[in-house]
Amino acid sequence: MHSTDRGLTPGRRRSTAVAALVAATAVLAACSSSGSGSGGSGSGGAADGGTVTLRIGTFGSFGYDNETGAKLYAEYESLHPNIKIVESNVADGQKYWDTLKLRLSRDSGLADIQAVEVGYIAEATGPALAGKWVDLGKTGGADLAGFLDWKTKQATTADGKVVGLGTDIGPMAICYNKDLFAAAGLPTDRAQVGALWAGSWDKFLDTGRAYRSKAPEGTAFHDSASGLFNAVVASEPVQYADAKGELDYRNSPGVQKAWSIATAAATGGITAKLRQFDEKGTWNAGFKNTKFATVACPSWMTGIIKDQAGPENQGKWDIAPAPVAGNWGGSFLAVPKSGAHAEEAAKLAAWLTAPAQHAKVFAVNGNIPSSRSTLTSAAVQDAKLPFFGDAPVGRIYSEAAAGIRPVPISRWDGQVKTFLTDNGILDIEQRGTDPAQAWDNVRKLIDDKIAK
Amino acid sequence: MPPPSRATADGRPPSDPPPDPPRAAGGPKNTRREPPGRRSIRHRWDQRAAPYVFVAPFFLCFAAFGLFPLVYTAWLSLHRVELGGAAEWRGLDNYTGLWDSEFFWNALANTFTIGVLSTVPQLLLALGLAQLINREVRGRGFLRVAVLAPYATSIAAATLVFAQLFNSDYGLINTALGLVGFDPVDWESSKWPAQIAISVIVTWRWTGYNALIYLAAMQAVPRDLYEAAELDGASRWRQFVSVTVPSIRPTILFTIVVSTIGATQLFGEPMLFGGSLGVSGGSGNQFQTLSLLMYEKGWVTGALGQASAIAWVMLLLLLLAGALRAVAVRTRRRKG
Repeated sequence: MHSTDRGLTPGRRRSTAVAALVAATAVLAACSSSGSGSGGSGSGGAADGGTVTLRIGTFGSFGYDNETGAKLYAEYESLHPNIKIVESNVADGQKYWDTLKLRLSRDSGLADIQAVEVGYIAEATGPALAGKWVDLGKTGGADLAGFLDWKTKQATTADGKVVGLGTDIGPMAICYNKDLFAAAGLPTDRAQVGALWAGSWDKFLDTGRAYRSKAPEGTAFHDSASGLFNAVVASEPVQYADAKGELDYRNSPGVQKAWSIATAAATGGITAKLRQFDEKGTWNAGFKNTKFATVACPSWMTGIIKDQAGPENQGKWDIAPAPVAGNWGGSFLAVPKSGAHAEEAAKLAAWLTAPAQHAKVFAVNGNIPSSRSTLTSAAVQDAKLPFFGDAPVGRIYSEAAAGIRPVPISRWDGQVKTFLTDNGILDIEQRGTDPAQAWDNVRKLIDDKIAK
Repeated sequence: MPPPSRATADGRPPSDPPPDPPRAAGGPKNTRREPPGRRSIRHRWDQRAAPYVFVAPFFLCFAAFGLFPLVYTAWLSLHRVELGGAAEWRGLDNYTGLWDSEFFWNALANTFTIGVLSTVPQLLLALGLAQLINREVRGRGFLRVAVLAPYATSIAAATLVFAQLFNSDYGLINTALGLVGFDPVDWESSKWPAQIAISVIVTWRWTGYNALIYLAAMQAVPRDLYEAAELDGASRWRQFVSVTVPSIRPTILFTIVVSTIGATQLFGEPMLFGGSLGVSGGSGNQFQTLSLLMYEKGWVTGALGQASAIAWVMLLLLLLAGALRAVAVRTRRRKG
């Protein structure tokens, strides 16, 4: 470069010096503030005047808050005047977990209670992180017998520590668009629709082929082959892990079945070739523009459909039982051991996940509870969703929940699922890759990315 | 392509002007009537130490955010480290693993092709643009600001807008192509269209920045060279090729180096262009760059050791490019 800095005038020189000073101060301030910031936010629960502030970190929608939720924080605070609760919520579940992992590894910046999704619970109970949590079987007084057995088992470490208390579960159904079904000459009554494919995903494909032969212009039977893959895997007794909880997707009959169903759908023109939760919103827009007739529908999906389809589609969607019952999603509350108020936090977690609170959250937010008594209670059994033409969601989903079998999970499940769907199924669906070639690609990807 | 400050990520400090040398003891001292003693000692210390105190913030921050990460990453790259777990010595396994990984070679090839597709048109356009603004055009001031506007736009905003333009289903570009009679292009899922689309975003963002650098260099070219060329009957094009370009050759080399660094680190554009598939660079890794692969290894699968190895390979590649450039310059000088 040309050295032009030699001929600075005195005025320029002074202003340069001032600028340098300002910059130096700013840099120093930035350094020091970031230092104290990360150190200070560690405990977060400074006890002043006897009150304890408990922080709870969540993602998505748990339905506890005082604004649009069940106002559980306000209720707990009035029961325990010395407790104050602050929730910090993140929308994206994957980013939430990535950050949480980093903070756990440093024992810094953690909330007193942290929510954990089922896709990551095996990692949370695995050797690297198991020691970071409070044993909620011993602390906080939670009644573990009240939960569904398999739910608690998922959050139990090898040596019997319970690191998470169940919030909701994701029993699965199929949501379908009645107008499109009628236009394609299919029945629209939910019992008849359920009978079309009861018991077998192959029948679901057959229904898709029947739909395709008379499909209204510009629509497809199912939204995404990846969604179908996830739905089939969710209904299988063997998924990505073997009985010991070790990753073994290659020999899993469940994965093989899901792969063949999903690739048949992808190559057979049954799907709209969309990616679920696509950040560009193409999938979201598909609800509003009526691009597909069915969506695999775990209980938490009903809220998404309601929001994305919008009020103008009220009453057009309905819910039918899935071909095979299964569980897709659901979460836990866990208490990091390093928190300053672990004891109080464990009590709050136990209270939030007790049957009475499960029922209140379900009434407001529709999350299907993971406690046995609430699932069979009248409040859940009689619940209806107006958006879905007053479909008896409570009965449909609690029946699906009764059919859920506990499944061994490995700590790599979430990651392997992403590779299989995003780099396998979607590659076939959108780029026309040969299924055998796509399977080979996925296998290499998993071998490469999941460190041995 | 990127501002020079980005180079600090590689452990190279940006080429700041050197601090003012301490003033010679002669000048201001003589004008004051103070007895020599403690005060003057303090004064001398002040004069000696002050420059270092002033530059210290930069070097302290550089040590914390530049040097330490560099060394720590090197240490990590020799271990198997899982996020949150303990490190386990692996020697050079992470590096040999990269050599055997087709995903690494794919990412390296993508980084190279996107780099060429974006850098070459970018610098040529910038050169032409600078030549245009360098001439006496009305509203030059406005043009210069306008040229720099894309550079001031955030990567995220620009990429999201371009992703909409390039949308295969309802994007403006496919609509326009359809009007002319072309079939819609799969701008995201097909390999070359996706790489071209990303290169367009990079080119759009950095052309103006490079044009301004060229412009500054062009204005330093002595006018009499052009007068002499004109007397010899050289056309404008001839003047551009034979006078302008040779005169600003050091600047062109500088922009090539900076652009190469930027291209090697390309991350934000493909990440955001790919939407939910951004980190893996599309469903078939068709536009996964080295930075994206590093991010995927480190933060998605939690293999920090392998990610660190990729970071070091990227640094070594840049050092290699720098060495090649130095050799080229030296041989040219010897010839000249």
